[in-house]
Amino acid sequence: MKVKVLSRNPDEHLRETKLDIHKVPRNYDPALHPFQAPREYTRALNAVKLDKVFAKPFIGNLDGHKDSVSSICKHPSRLQILISGSFDGEVKVWDLPRKECMRTILAHDGIVRGITYSPGSESFMTVGDDKTIKTWSCENPKEDKRDEPTNTVLSKTIITAISHHRTDPLFATCGEVCQLWEETRNEPVNSFKWGVDSLHDVKFNQVQTNLLASCASDRSIILYDTRASGAIRRVIMRLRANKMAWNPMEAFTFTCASEDYNLYTYDTRNLKTPVNVHKDHVNAVTDVDYNPNGREFVSGSYDRSIRIFETQKGHSREVYTNRRMQRLTCVAWTSDSKYILSGSDEMNIRIWKAKSSEKLGVLKPREKAALNYSEALKEKFAAHPQVRRIANHRKLPKHIFNARNEHRTITESQKRKESNRRRHSKPGSVPFVAEREKHVVREDR
Amino acid sequence: MQWRYCSVFSGVLLTASGFSCAVCSHRSRTRIRRRDEGRKRDKIPVDPETLKKYEMGEGINLKKGIRNKVHRLRVHNKEKLLAPMAEEAARREILLTEDYGCLETDAGETTTQFKQRELVENVDLISASKCFNLNLDFGPYSMRYTRNGRHLVIGGKKGHVAAFDWVTKKLACEMNVMESVHDVCWLHIETMFAVAQKEWVYIYDNQGIELHCLKRMNQPTKLEFLPYHFLLAASSAVGGLSWLDVSIGEKITRMDTKLGRINVMTQNPYNALLCVGDSKGVVSMWSPNSHQPLAKMLVHKQAVSACAVHPHGTYMATSAPDRTLKIWDIRQLSGPVENAVLRSAAQHLSYSQRGLLAVGMGNVVEIFKDTHTNLKPYMRHKASWALSDLKFCPYEDVLGLTHTKGFSSVLVPGSAEANYDALETNPFQNKKQRKEAEVKALLDKIQPEFICLDPNAIAEIDVAALQHKLDSKKKLGYVKPRQIDFKPRKTKAKGKGGTAKVIKSKKALKLKAKRAAIQEMRDAKVLIDKKEKKKKPEKSYGVLDRFLEPKKK
Repeated sequence: MKVKVLSRNPDEHLRETKLDIHKVPRNYDPALHPFQAPREYTRALNAVKLDKVFAKPFIGNLDGHKDSVSSICKHPSRLQILISGSFDGEVKVWDLPRKECMRTILAHDGIVRGITYSPGSESFMTVGDDKTIKTWSCENPKEDKRDEPTNTVLSKTIITAISHHRTDPLFATCGEVCQLWEETRNEPVNSFKWGVDSLHDVKFNQVQTNLLASCASDRSIILYDTRASGAIRRVIMRLRANKMAWNPMEAFTFTCASEDYNLYTYDTRNLKTPVNVHKDHVNAVTDVDYNPNGREFVSGSYDRSIRIFETQKGHSREVYTNRRMQRLTCVAWTSDSKYILSGSDEMNIRIWKAKSSEKLGVLKPREKAALNYSEALKEKFAAHPQVRRIANHRKLPKHIFNARNEHRTITESQKRKESNRRRHSKPGSVPFVAEREKHVVREDR
Repeated sequence: MQWRYCSVFSGVLLTASGFSCAVCSHRSRTRIRRRDEGRKRDKIPVDPETLKKYEMGEGINLKKGIRNKVHRLRVHNKEKLLAPMAEEAARREILLTEDYGCLETDAGETTTQFKQRELVENVDLISASKCFNLNLDFGPYSMRYTRNGRHLVIGGKKGHVAAFDWVTKKLACEMNVMESVHDVCWLHIETMFAVAQKEWVYIYDNQGIELHCLKRMNQPTKLEFLPYHFLLAASSAVGGLSWLDVSIGEKITRMDTKLGRINVMTQNPYNALLCVGDSKGVVSMWSPNSHQPLAKMLVHKQAVSACAVHPHGTYMATSAPDRTLKIWDIRQLSGPVENAVLRSAAQHLSYSQRGLLAVGMGNVVEIFKDTHTNLKPYMRHKASWALSDLKFCPYEDVLGLTHTKGFSSVLVPGSAEANYDALETNPFQNKKQRKEAEVKALLDKIQPEFICLDPNAIAEIDVAALQHKLDSKKKLGYVKPRQIDFKPRKTKAKGKGGTAKVIKSKKALKLKAKRAAIQEMRDAKVLIDKKEKKKKPEKSYGVLDRFLEPKKK
């Protein structure tokens, strides 16, 4: 006879001293872990609820401007610094972590229209309503001296925006025409015109560096090549685009913020139909900026809300509002992709978390593992009605809530009308038109 | 000629510069080859039998099921992860430290012939101490082990209740409740247990202090605790079943099964349903969500005398006074897969963690291995008194027996799971770990609504409901609601009127009208279809059909 009975030596299962960690032997046999699905569902539900508990996105604000913030510009390589311009011509340089103003310049007469850094980040340029392009050194002036620009260029036409080339000493401005400047010269190197009387935004592509796009008041977006003499293509939409932003990871994609409450993501290779229409705002969208990872973008709107969209999806994943925040004029996503900056009509610049329930600071490995686990569970059970309800619920201010409901009724009735018309007409005479194709008038080459 | 150190070996070998280091290069080459071999050896081959345990089904048919390319790719990417995951989990088995217990015979011996005395002589001292007897005088006892197998509570018919750590034999509490005790049951931790007494169920802590008296569970006969749902279930002498959530102290459901006195009740650990055996030979499975049993199985022609469910939820053993023992497949609700006639009628059944079945008949216990393939006795034990209850101890090769004159603990090699998962149940946990585990378990508490036949139903798609929802939404868009003239009557009583209420009732009426219109349309469509079908000629002549005269009725 041979007999063996289970007998565990406690020394192998208990820790030796009090300073040791407890021994945790694992056995992944599924029989020892019953009710896998309902337990995971419960955990997912808890994770979603905890997300709501910790959702406190507002971090702080930078206040000091004496008029509405008109434009903001983040430093190309440093997270700490932010420059903002306001409607009274003042430019302020901010220290973001301390939330302090480091430098104040009275730069222009009238509105500061645009700010941009030069590639070496030794200087930055501002444009304003006084038709000047001013270059400022990044170093603070000595105490007794006044802040003077290192260079001032007087333009013949008004200037509404400025954007710098990624590496070369080349920058573009727009106004009546789109002009290309070299830093050392006082005359534009090149100017592009395509039968438009005014342009209000221009952006250099930061990946395909000789590509340039601008938004025009005739409801078009025009693409230029700095190597060519004229514009390449343009797309005309039903309503005008206010601002646009290039995707930092996909050189051929850009998103524009439109006056018709929507945002449109385009592929430059086919401008005829946008890749995606992003709906959710209930008033004109004023500014848009991409997350450095290219997966998401943030938009600010006239309806006093900031929304975060995923580039692949048609609806926003997050909305930020604040009772005191007025109409948004500019938004920016910081280079570490963790924070969102917004400038608005009531003179403040606000700092928000990009993920509203994210814990700030260093995470311990176990904490990280737990968060990853709950993230995976949330994704797995995202379609369950309870989980989805809790995850999607947002407390909206009354004006947005009512406006949204109004828009819903409008679109619903339009759809019903269309479907009824289709039902009572000759088959095929009322074609189905995709939502993406409804907003584009034509593409010109 | 210059000499220099070879960089690979730390200053031991000297080689001439200008020449390639013959020794070193040779060595390094062999080293590289060895490393490659090692890389191949890294992946330990997994036993296909082990792998089967971790596999998660055959997966989704991507070619047929999903039409959208993007979704198909997404699902494909997810599916791709599952096979390596299962393999990885199976490979982890090599890290398990303990081996299962076993009993091997020499030529001419059978496993049934060995008595406890002989086993005790052949095992180590610690294991030998696990075989013991308690002589107690308070009548037939009932018993229960905790989920980690460390603690034991026994309750005598004449009121004696004792809780203790049976491994160290340390007594936690002992008392006489001065009432008849029908059943005892641990709650989620070893500091609390429930006792089914004459009138009501009482909850005591491990010092014997009465914490609660549950008057909503009256005349209890059997108790069960569902650890993942934190539900205490009790059956009553008048045929009632009740579930109580012990985490919030609320009654979940109480229902009348109309089965008369319930003497046989056990839980299915796979899906947390209660299996109730009745006097007509039917085992019915009850969930707190429905007043009818979710399933019924006619298992015997006589009253069910005992019922036990395999811990994996695959098989159920039942016995009847006609000496039969049957094993059923309760996932498919079919069977019996095994049907045996015993020497005498079995009154008590219990499954161990590894699927050994203990059958109590009078004062004899027979233990069966491989119950669903080859029902043959593996061990036999004779107690000195008539048995009143028996339970296998989790994570220990021990079977606990209670009888008229106390408790005895019997060694059954190979009955228990050798390797515990400390994050699930830990026999060696200390107080702090227990507290932590309690909080974690409470956070993961499954709601009682999820108790159903298939516990994983929540992770599957309810296709029918989804289809219905989509269809009805589609239909609703095309229908124009009938205008209804509606003037609500004006009442001046407070709380009766109000604009919001008027709008609400208007909306409800409109929706009702809309639904009626949809139904009308549907009916009309069905009629049209039927008419069209009738019109079709029975025989077709092609182009010449137009000359056919309509048939006269």
